[in-house]
Amino acid sequence: MLAADITGRKFTAMRAFVLRRVLAAIPLLLGASLLIFLVFAFTPGDFIDGNINLTAQRAAELKALYGLDQPWWLRYLHWLEKLLHGDLGFSMQYQIPVTELLGQYVFNSFLLASVSMVLYWGIALLTGVLAAVQPYSLFDRLLTLAVFAAMSFPVFFLCLLLIKWAAVDLGWLPVGGMLATGSDTRGWAYVHEVAIHMVLPVITLVMLQAGGLTRYFRASMFEALAMDFVRTARAKGLKERTVIFKHALRNALLPMIALAGFELPALFSGAIITEKLFNWPGVGHVHIDTLAARDYPVLMAFTLFLAALTILGNLMADIVYACVDPRIRLR
Amino acid sequence: MNQPLIEFDRLSVEIHTKAGIVRAAQDVSFSISAGQTVALVGESGCGKSISALSLMGLLPSAARVASGEIRYQGAPLTGQPRETLRRLRGNDLAMIFQEPMSALNPVLTIGEQIVEPLIKHQRLRPKAAWVKAVALLDKVGLARPDKIAESYPHELSGGMLQRAMIAMSMSCQPKLLIADEPTTALDVTISAQILDLLQTLQKSEQMALLLITHDLGVVAQMADFVVVMYAGRVVESGPVRAIFKHPQHPYTQGLLAARPVPGARLARLPSIRGQVPNPMNLPEYCSFAERCDQAQAQCRQGQPEYVSLGAMHQSACFVVQKREFA
Ligand SMILES: Nc1ncnc2c1ncn2[C@@H]1O[C@H](COP(=O)(O)OP(=O)(O)O)[C@@H](O)[C@H]1O
Ligand code: SF4
Ligand SMILES: [Mg+2]
Repeated sequence: MLAADITGRKFTAMRAFVLRRVLAAIPLLLGASLLIFLVFAFTPGDFIDGNINLTAQRAAELKALYGLDQPWWLRYLHWLEKLLHGDLGFSMQYQIPVTELLGQYVFNSFLLASVSMVLYWGIALLTGVLAAVQPYSLFDRLLTLAVFAAMSFPVFFLCLLLIKWAAVDLGWLPVGGMLATGSDTRGWAYVHEVAIHMVLPVITLVMLQAGGLTRYFRASMFEALAMDFVRTARAKGLKERTVIFKHALRNALLPMIALAGFELPALFSGAIITEKLFNWPGVGHVHIDTLAARDYPVLMAFTLFLAALTILGNLMADIVYACVDPRIRLR
Repeated sequence: MNQPLIEFDRLSVEIHTKAGIVRAAQDVSFSISAGQTVALVGESGCGKSISALSLMGLLPSAARVASGEIRYQGAPLTGQPRETLRRLRGNDLAMIFQEPMSALNPVLTIGEQIVEPLIKHQRLRPKAAWVKAVALLDKVGLARPDKIAESYPHELSGGMLQRAMIAMSMSCQPKLLIADEPTTALDVTISAQILDLLQTLQKSEQMALLLITHDLGVVAQMADFVVVMYAGRVVESGPVRAIFKHPQHPYTQGLLAARPVPGARLARLPSIRGQVPNPMNLPEYCSFAERCDQAQAQCRQGQPEYVSLGAMHQSACFVVQKREFA
């Protein structure tokens, strides 16, 4: 009964905590939207100014059409109102709604990033923990070497090297893209084709990201293993496996939660260099194109999307942290 | 005489560091009988914890037993497979530490941590183990033990945590409990209560207690036998009465003289001048020579042998040797 009582109280406190954090995220989001709007509204020049073929009269007409002649705060409120109705805006360059323009590209980027992320988090966790359990062993030293080698490689060089070896010289994998040119595969054949095209960019992203993360995991686990309570666990006669996984690892994972929260926007933002070199139709491409064309509605919507994801990632990290670390006060 | 529970037999421990080899314990010999309280005293860094940890098989990875051995009920402990020692730890041999706040896992409840040895060694089912854990918390004098079992370490005070540590260490009725400066991190009144508890439990459970402490007042009150260490070596050992009435080694004499108020810590010794020598390069002669006011030429020419001074009392010092054989 006592146990149920405590669990019940904890649950209520947790619900209030989550609600409070969500409410606190709203002004943050509004602030971000205002900041983003102001940056774009007061940057000199826009899509219409950038077009030298327009007569002054035509330009003025177009500005009136898009509402660019109104005061900034009115435009902001208008933008906000549309956002609340799920309307992210209209691309001037492509003449389609932003959601329609970004949807597929964001999904492609997400596909690439999510697969890489699962892999490099898994690899970093495994190798980092193994290295910390046997510090200064041969494995640990080799890993340190590999990590520094991987981290000091320039991205584009790595991409080109992989393309040359695996795609050009050996011909095992496609050079780039997401599908072979003119391919119209369906069902499993489609999945297979996309998967083949993903291999090289995924390898690149994993090699780029796993190194640093491995160092984080190793440091965190190393620190946890040096804690007094690990010695207590050993003094109780627990199996080394229990000591490492139940006592040390649980504590070592706590600081990684915040890091995982920061990965949320990275899942959708597109890896620009990698996507460009492997010709992956991700959002990184579109980002650069729209930047060059000053297609502000797209840029604003995309920046706000990433800002919202950053806030959400932090929020989720806070909540997970509160769930797993009893020391966090729920107020 | 019957067999001692624990025998340290010329144990030497080396710690390999970047700066060099630390000889943390050298030729440490003493024994603990069943149900006996042995106090291990000496200044910080003289090798008390390292000696205790080698008994538990919990030496830091940089440390290794260089020579000698420790025996438990006549069978060697040192050099045994890890698994053999693991089965003894928490079951026959238990240990509590200096900092109760950091000795418990912050993300597990007290109860979850106490049931672990019960499930591991006594094969209790989780439910039964929990009931026993609550009973143990009650036994160490914690009010509302059921509530304590569900608390996390950060919700309790240092004194309560040390009681919980004691409950945990007692869970499998060990033959020996090592308490490594169990009250150094606690304030005076709490400290006295914890020591009382240890003494009561030691009597009621008839277990041996190896008490590492700075506090000679505590030694006088609790110990049957005293081992005095200096710079990794045992310089004097004997029954508590002999040590307090007739301390022979100049270091022991200094420790006793430097005991102004009962309960005061011995971290600094006003009456022994100088400092503990660097454990990285200990001299090949008596390492107390630099600080000893009775030192003679002979003292810098070799290690003094142990001199027997009657029933179980012995000391390693040239001056004592001369006096005895004069
Ligand atoms: N993990 C370690 N690494 C290096 N040196 C250590 C380590 N642990 C203890 N030492 C050294 O071993 C010696 C004995 O330490 P210890 O047994 O902890 O002393 P104390 O008597 O205060 O308990 C000290 O000189 C200490 O510096
Ligand atoms: S051997 Fe000499 S220096 Fe060492 S304690 Fe005895 S008298 Fe002092
Ligand atoms: Mg110590």
